[in-house]
Amino acid sequence: MKEQLEQIKNSVEAELSAAESMETLEAIRIKYMGKKGELTAVLKGMGKLSKEERPVIGALANEIRQNLEKEIEEKKAVILAAEEEKKLSEEVIDITMPGKRTKEGKLHPLTQVMNQLKDIFLGMGFSIAEGPEVEYDYYNFEALNIPKDHPARDTQDTFYIEDNIVLRTQTSPMQVRVMEKQKPPIRVIAPGKVFRSDTVDATHSPVFHQIEGLVVDKGVTMADLKGTLEMFVKSLYGKSTQVRFRPHHFPFTEPSAEMDISCFNCGGKGCSMCKGEGWVEILGCGMVHPKVLENCGIDPEEYSGFAFGIGLERVAMGKYDINDLRLFFENDLRFLKQF
Amino acid sequence: MKLPMSWLSDFTDITGVTPKEYADRMTMTGSKVEGVENLGADIDKVVVGKVLSCEDHPDSDHLHVCMVDVGESEPLQIVCGAPNVAAGQKVPVALHGSTLPGGIKIKKSKMRGVVSNGMICSHEEMGIEPSRLGYEPEYGILVLPEDAEIGSDVKKLFGLDENVVEFEITSNRPDCFSIIGLARETAVSFDKPFAIPEISFNENDEDVNDYVKVEIEDKDKCKRYCARVVKNVKIGPSPKWMRERLEACGVRAINNIVDITNYVLLEYGQPMHAFDIRDIAGRSITVRRAADGEVIKTLDDQDRTLVNDDLVISDAEKAVAIAGVMGGFNSEIKDDTETVVFESATFNGSSVRRTAQRVGLRTEASSRYEKGLDYHNTVPAIERACQLVEMLGCGEVVSGIIDKMGNVEGEIKLAFRPEKINEFLGTNVSTDEMVKILTSLEVKVDMDTMTLVPPSFRPDLAAEADIAEEIARFYGYDIIPTTLLRGETTMGAKTPEQKTQDEISEILNSQGMYEIYTYAFQSPAMMDKLNIPADSPLRDQVRISNPLGEDTSVMRTTMAGSMLEVLARNYNYRNKECKMFEIGKRYIKTEKGSLPDEPATLMLGMYGNVDFYDLKGVCEEMFERLHIENVEYEAVNDDPTYHPGRCAAVKVNNKVIGVMGEVHPSVMRNFDMGARTYMGEFDFDSIFRATGMNVKYTPLTKFPAVTRDFSIVIDKMTPVASIEKVMKKAAGKLLSSIALSDVYTGSQIPDGKKSVMYKVEFKAPDRSLTGEEADNLHKKIVKALGSELNAELR
Repeated sequence: MKEQLEQIKNSVEAELSAAESMETLEAIRIKYMGKKGELTAVLKGMGKLSKEERPVIGALANEIRQNLEKEIEEKKAVILAAEEEKKLSEEVIDITMPGKRTKEGKLHPLTQVMNQLKDIFLGMGFSIAEGPEVEYDYYNFEALNIPKDHPARDTQDTFYIEDNIVLRTQTSPMQVRVMEKQKPPIRVIAPGKVFRSDTVDATHSPVFHQIEGLVVDKGVTMADLKGTLEMFVKSLYGKSTQVRFRPHHFPFTEPSAEMDISCFNCGGKGCSMCKGEGWVEILGCGMVHPKVLENCGIDPEEYSGFAFGIGLERVAMGKYDINDLRLFFENDLRFLKQF
Repeated sequence: MKLPMSWLSDFTDITGVTPKEYADRMTMTGSKVEGVENLGADIDKVVVGKVLSCEDHPDSDHLHVCMVDVGESEPLQIVCGAPNVAAGQKVPVALHGSTLPGGIKIKKSKMRGVVSNGMICSHEEMGIEPSRLGYEPEYGILVLPEDAEIGSDVKKLFGLDENVVEFEITSNRPDCFSIIGLARETAVSFDKPFAIPEISFNENDEDVNDYVKVEIEDKDKCKRYCARVVKNVKIGPSPKWMRERLEACGVRAINNIVDITNYVLLEYGQPMHAFDIRDIAGRSITVRRAADGEVIKTLDDQDRTLVNDDLVISDAEKAVAIAGVMGGFNSEIKDDTETVVFESATFNGSSVRRTAQRVGLRTEASSRYEKGLDYHNTVPAIERACQLVEMLGCGEVVSGIIDKMGNVEGEIKLAFRPEKINEFLGTNVSTDEMVKILTSLEVKVDMDTMTLVPPSFRPDLAAEADIAEEIARFYGYDIIPTTLLRGETTMGAKTPEQKTQDEISEILNSQGMYEIYTYAFQSPAMMDKLNIPADSPLRDQVRISNPLGEDTSVMRTTMAGSMLEVLARNYNYRNKECKMFEIGKRYIKTEKGSLPDEPATLMLGMYGNVDFYDLKGVCEEMFERLHIENVEYEAVNDDPTYHPGRCAAVKVNNKVIGVMGEVHPSVMRNFDMGARTYMGEFDFDSIFRATGMNVKYTPLTKFPAVTRDFSIVIDKMTPVASIEKVMKKAAGKLLSSIALSDVYTGSQIPDGKKSVMYKVEFKAPDRSLTGEEADNLHKKIVKALGSELNAELR
């Protein structure tokens, strides 16, 4: 019997080392340890042994069984690992093929830029006001210190609905509407559509968008105007952007200025985009004219403020390198998909 | 406004300042430079030459071979084809390597075998207008004056060695529409002295009052009227220096008298007019209002019909000029004019502006008057004109000036509060510096009373803020410090409406929809294209009284047209599939004199691999994410814009908030749209109001749901919404969900019927339902469907 066990031990080792699949492994297990297995048969025959032989052979048989179980487990792990490796190697895919996407739409580039500007001003404590696009002449012009027959009306070719009703030519009427309703401190931006009777071409559109800004409080200075707008421009275009303020004229601000930024194309060296000047005009601004404050029932001796107007299309065109204004209103999907 | 830089030297001295430095500095002190043009920039290496000899070309019947002295050691041989070339002439010579206007390069060459070292030029080849020369040159090369210096650059000879600066002058600075005004700004900008030269001239011993009488009838519209008379006038070309300055400013030289008026206009900014005294009937000038319907033929040979608001200059019989706008055809200066009446007057700016607009004439004069001119300037200007007459030797000035006054404003006095100005600007400018800046701008400063009197030519200086701007301009905008806002903090936040708009955009983006921007105005014909009935209130549109064209003449009352235009355009661009949306405005008329309502509106549109249910899915997703409940879709078959069988009114709590559906095929044809198109239009406010603000958590139940599947056969036209309504009613609270799994019509289903398959789920919040309970609920549902909708279990 001992020889029998020795023989089993040897043949098991040989068979195990040759096994390469889980099936063979299972067959080996059954062959030796199954109900009718060879080792099982030996163990079953133990009863026939003598009292002296029984513990010796029993120990040997147990040892062989334990070894066999252990080796099968070990072999199992090896085979599983090999099988998994094989499977993985068969599952190689071309990771350069395109991904599967949920097809989402996009916001219009003007909205994207508008949102960026809104976020900057919201962060500075501004709220957002909205108002009518069809506007009284009073708000669009007169309350802004532009009486009838004033030459400044020339620069804004106006669409009229009735004698005293126009399509607003600027978002500035919102200054008056806000100040009529709200007392200082005021920090507000008013984005929206404006209309001028310009024929459509690459740089003109009868409809475009502005963002008006207004700050009114005690002790607001021109230095605050400069600081606020400089901060705005640097958060929009980056910290290295240079700005300059040039004197200008708007009837509803005094002093008035136009703000230029160093050309985003050439960085200020001068190129075709900035007409060799190195500067690009970005917005108009100024200290709110005392007459405008008075028109809104705010005492200019007690309060002061500043206002500014940004052309949204101009900002977007600069940001995205768009050279034709018409693209914004054509809504060609191939255009809209790019932003 | 164009400024030839050489003209500045009459009033100030900025020697050594380059045109670039000049432009930069002026821009930063508020006179925005649009550009600097070097007049002779396109002419290079063209010099004065003397033709020493001129012989016929041996191989040509019209060419000449000339030896020309150009100031070099040897004369040049040049072949010239002009008939008028001759020995002894001084001529312009384009040397080898020279450039002429149009980028033409002249090089040494051979003409019919003879070497030519350059080209003798005509005035046209050099791009020089006869008006710059003061005469019409003969055909061929341009013969130069005898005294032209051999070898010198011809640009100097024609005044082309000039830099002309173009300024953008803002409407508040009428004074800067003049050389003197710009020279004053220049002097202050560069901290240089400024002076207007003294004017003097001789007068004869006659009395102007014997020649002409002036009366101002409308003293509000005419603030001042000055007249002087010049006799023994000899009309002819004005001298070279004057012509060159006029040309540089873009004014065509005409004759000495007209040129003088234009010269003074440019220099002083004061419009002038010259009448031939023969044409002033009764030799009396009246400044009066026109009669309604009065007709005058202006200098440009056009009849202009006037109204009573217009001001005219009139003689004893008729109007001879539209005041401040243009002179009359009948009284212009002619070649044989002998006696001239100069007019130098100030008219009311608004009045001139209205008239100029009404008659459609915008002239150098009117564009200055409308900004408000200084009545103090009339006398110096007319005196300057007389001085020029004497300088040019073209007439004899009659003694005396007629000077009639209308109603004028008094001086403005302003308080001078340096500390307040610093407070306003956020600066620390010393009072001394302020005084220096103001004084150089000719503002009178009285330090005893701390008052300021602005000069009369600066109507824009009317308040303290205006003074602050002057200080800031010359102190330097760039030196003003930058500070951040202080004081009471304000909350920066979007309104709930603004947030909902953002949210809708985000949801629609996630559904594959792209945002678009469209025009608010459109063609009235859009209503026809959309099949809107003739009596629809949508046709009562807000109309623009001065539109760019019919296509953009009315404000939209629906956004459907804008959307369809964009979709059709994309279809024509061969974009296979488009899903788009816009949040915009419609414009609804209210009563006359009031603003229209501008309801915010959400417009959806799509075509491509989509159908009605894709659009509906977008809507459902949107409403669910906005927590809008009780949404119902009700079939609409009479909206003429939509397919009668594929259109729904969308209701929330029984109120219609929008419409959606497939676009009617005839509308599609109107838009040239080749693919089935789906769109929906919703009132934003209704959506906003229905939005669920208070979302509350419902506890997740531990008890499993029991599901039952079943199919029914039902009348084909019964909407599934009706079936579901009956199911909900029959099953009550324990019904947790209904899912439509299939709708089928076909061979096994009788005609006029359809099979509808549902999966329903029952659930109780506090226990597990038994199979028996579920079966009973199921039975209840089937029974109700049978009795109410005549449905049979399949």
